[in-house]
Amino acid sequence: MNVLEINHINKSFGNLDVLKDISFSVNEGEVVSIIGPSGSGKSTTLRCATFLETIDSGRITYLGEDAASNNEMGRAVYAPKHRLAEIQNNFGLVFQNFNLFPHFTVIKNLVDAPIHVHGRNKDQVYEEAYGWLEKMGLADKAESYPYQLSGGQQQRVAIARALTLNPKILFFDEPTSALDPELTGEVLKVIKDLADMKMTMVIVTHEMIFAKEVSNRVIFMDNGSVLAEDEPEKLFATDNQRIKDFLGKFHGI
Amino acid sequence: MSVGAIAEQLLSGMGTSFAIFALTLIFSLPLGLIVSFGRMSKNKLLNMIVRVYISIMRGTPLMLQLFVVYYGPFFLFGIRISSEYRFWAAIIGFVLNYAAYFAEIYRAGIESMPVGQYEAAKVLGYSRSKTFIRIILPQVIKRIVPPVTNEVITLVKDTSLAFVISVSEMFSTAKAIAAAQASVTALVVAGVFYYIFNLIVALSMDRIEKKLNYYR
Repeated sequence: MNVLEINHINKSFGNLDVLKDISFSVNEGEVVSIIGPSGSGKSTTLRCATFLETIDSGRITYLGEDAASNNEMGRAVYAPKHRLAEIQNNFGLVFQNFNLFPHFTVIKNLVDAPIHVHGRNKDQVYEEAYGWLEKMGLADKAESYPYQLSGGQQQRVAIARALTLNPKILFFDEPTSALDPELTGEVLKVIKDLADMKMTMVIVTHEMIFAKEVSNRVIFMDNGSVLAEDEPEKLFATDNQRIKDFLGKFHGI
Repeated sequence: MSVGAIAEQLLSGMGTSFAIFALTLIFSLPLGLIVSFGRMSKNKLLNMIVRVYISIMRGTPLMLQLFVVYYGPFFLFGIRISSEYRFWAAIIGFVLNYAAYFAEIYRAGIESMPVGQYEAAKVLGYSRSKTFIRIILPQVIKRIVPPVTNEVITLVKDTSLAFVISVSEMFSTAKAIAAAQASVTALVVAGVFYYIFNLIVALSMDRIEKKLNYYR
């Protein structure tokens, strides 16, 4: 079953069409990377999929349930608020600059939403949260505050925070773009471990080697459109000149 | 009259000064937050009303505002002013004035919050009110402690303005003694008391600031 289906979505900011007829779907257990030049609409696609931006037209479906679909005028209409809130529980999002809550300790960052927003059992949430911190290699940082951690550690906390809500699909918006190469490595390793655990993920990234290694499929976006979508080996061996030009700027691929 | 006797009389007035100070903070700090919501509201009418209110509170002398609150009921509606009303007129005047200033401080704090905090909260499922109460407000409070300290210190000194509507707080007591004695000793002693009062306020606010320094 498709965890996520994006169908013909369009979005413009004023006169600028930032997304033009974007469609793709993500199967359970699949890792999909979205690559492409800056300003191509990758992040906007992710922000639309996570309801941080609204689409003008098209359809967004999670696990068979429409979050947004076109009305007879061809304009996107979103599901009622309470339905959207439930659909939203299906996904988690990891931001480029982490967006941890600085006034909460690491563990509080993880458990606050499940306990105080979703009303889940406190002991169970704490147990799961500590479990995720351990998987992230951060068990000893539970009582630290975000400012006491390195960027890589903060991003791993952010990933653990998203996972503590047990999402069916996890989105990453350039998760390593704010990190130096050394810290990038530790975050990518964590994402790779998640891929091995068959976590469904959509990753917007500029890490080409990583995208090639970890993904089942790669989507190449340019100028607001999907230019190509394929298995990584095929996409990275493309004849398309635009994609070749872009990839040519990266070494080792 | 010895300095000791003057100090004793002033201390009784100090009780009223402190009451004005404390009541003003108790009411104007929450009211200021509500006013700041109006100031940031997308409702044009509400927004404009609040802007005008803040503009008048900041643009006219507090002394004049106290007069208006005290004499207004009589001149506007012909209501007889009771003597107990003096004190409450002072409180109402101070609260309305300080809420306007606090509102702008809250607004500055709220608008300085990075949008990423709202987005992270939204994706994690926080409702708008939970986002504000659990995520935004605690961080805003930390950010606004220094400007709030400024206002609180000013308030200590401003309580002396209540003398214009004959509230017998410390300054009016000092002025009465000074006039009766034809000496400025009482005023100097009052000055020392205000200074000590503010020293305590500044030290307390400093402690609050340090307490909130457990994160950055």
